[in-house]
Amino acid sequence: MKYMSEYRDPDLAKKYLEEIKNTVSRPWSIMEVCGGQTHSLVKNGIIEMLPDSVTMIHGPGCPVCVTPLNLIDKAIYLAEEKDVILCSFGDMLRVPGSQKSLLEAKAQGADVRILYSPLEAVKIAEDNPDKEVVFFAVGFETTAPANALSVVHAHRRGVKNYSILASHVLVPPAIKAVIDDEESKIDGFLAAGHVCTIMGNTEYHPLSAEYKVPIVVTGFEPLDVLQGILMVIRQLEQSKSIVENQYARIVREDGNPDAQKVIDEVFEVRNQMWRGIGEIPDSGYAVREKYADFDATKKYNVTIEEAPENPDCISGQIMKGIKKPFECSQFGKTCKPTNPLGAPMVSSEGACAAYYHFSGLVEA
Amino acid sequence: MCLAIPGKIKSIEMQYDGRVRMAKVLFGGITKEASLEMLPDADIDDYVLVHVGVAISKVNEDEAQKTFKYLEEIGELGDLTDVDEYLPKTN
Repeated sequence: MKYMSEYRDPDLAKKYLEEIKNTVSRPWSIMEVCGGQTHSLVKNGIIEMLPDSVTMIHGPGCPVCVTPLNLIDKAIYLAEEKDVILCSFGDMLRVPGSQKSLLEAKAQGADVRILYSPLEAVKIAEDNPDKEVVFFAVGFETTAPANALSVVHAHRRGVKNYSILASHVLVPPAIKAVIDDEESKIDGFLAAGHVCTIMGNTEYHPLSAEYKVPIVVTGFEPLDVLQGILMVIRQLEQSKSIVENQYARIVREDGNPDAQKVIDEVFEVRNQMWRGIGEIPDSGYAVREKYADFDATKKYNVTIEEAPENPDCISGQIMKGIKKPFECSQFGKTCKPTNPLGAPMVSSEGACAAYYHFSGLVEA
Repeated sequence: MCLAIPGKIKSIEMQYDGRVRMAKVLFGGITKEASLEMLPDADIDDYVLVHVGVAISKVNEDEAQKTFKYLEEIGELGDLTDVDEYLPKTN
């Protein structure tokens, strides 16, 4: 496919690896923020091919992984007890709640549906006027415009039986939290290309300047990731710390202003709980009061008791880059994609799932 | 979750009482619908990046070539620095 397959050229990948080896003079730790990049690194064997002095640290960029357990329990409650049609992206339905996952609730008779787009959920609501439809709207800035757009569509078309259960997380406050964490030592960042497609690069300049870290906005194909790593290392070796854009074929400096407008129409920034990490100030979106009728948390004033996390799961340390998946005593033993103890083993962007499927550490 | 894929716009039509521009986008051999509300300037034959049913960016062809030329470019920059060292020093 154009603009994808040509960024997988193995010969040029070798040249990039060679240049990285020639450029590095001492050890560096680089965090790729986005789970999509983690998968590209592990799946394509890039981690093993990098010089030993370059350590890739996997970041918290998996929205499914950081969606609070309590919210998953709420979604399951809505599907089972409130007789709603509960829709979300496939990954979200597989994540275990405290008792079960949404897919298990579906198997037990709840009307739970996997959708490709939140816009489809509005159509389902229109087609089922006697039922309530809730879209479990998770995601980073990349997905926020589509989720917001579904609310705008429903509002415009007078669809009253549609609402979203929003759990939105934002990247820049998470990068700040990761740098501020005393245990983490990260020299440079690959920022998430698709998040910046929406928001642009401007939020990253003050971060890079304040913390003196290189931040390179990076794509997802092997050549993108390798170029991003090389750009970070070149900055580090030259004692520079600026924001660069490796993914300029997609990302504009000011992002997509039309998408930002839709986000701002429907959402406002709030403090957000990140599963495994804790609350991060100003790191999420709440539905604005104007659209309260489309906010499932207000429509169904449900309180569910906080359930404890599985004590054997170290997902918080994994997502802050403090530990690697294979350093967890449960990895590949009690915790597998078919029987996950935590979300990073479930999601297609979770670091544990990436290592389980592609690292060769676990025999299939 | 943030997976987004580039595809080529095959056709555009107005839907939902003529209020929403929707495109049919070709990804390899698969065609899917995408909203163009975030890309009002997108047109037929443009390559756009689509995420969960919404087109979010138009691919910039000139920038798309840069990844293939980057190593040459930094190589040339390196050569220039080398040349500088051999040039006679002027005071």
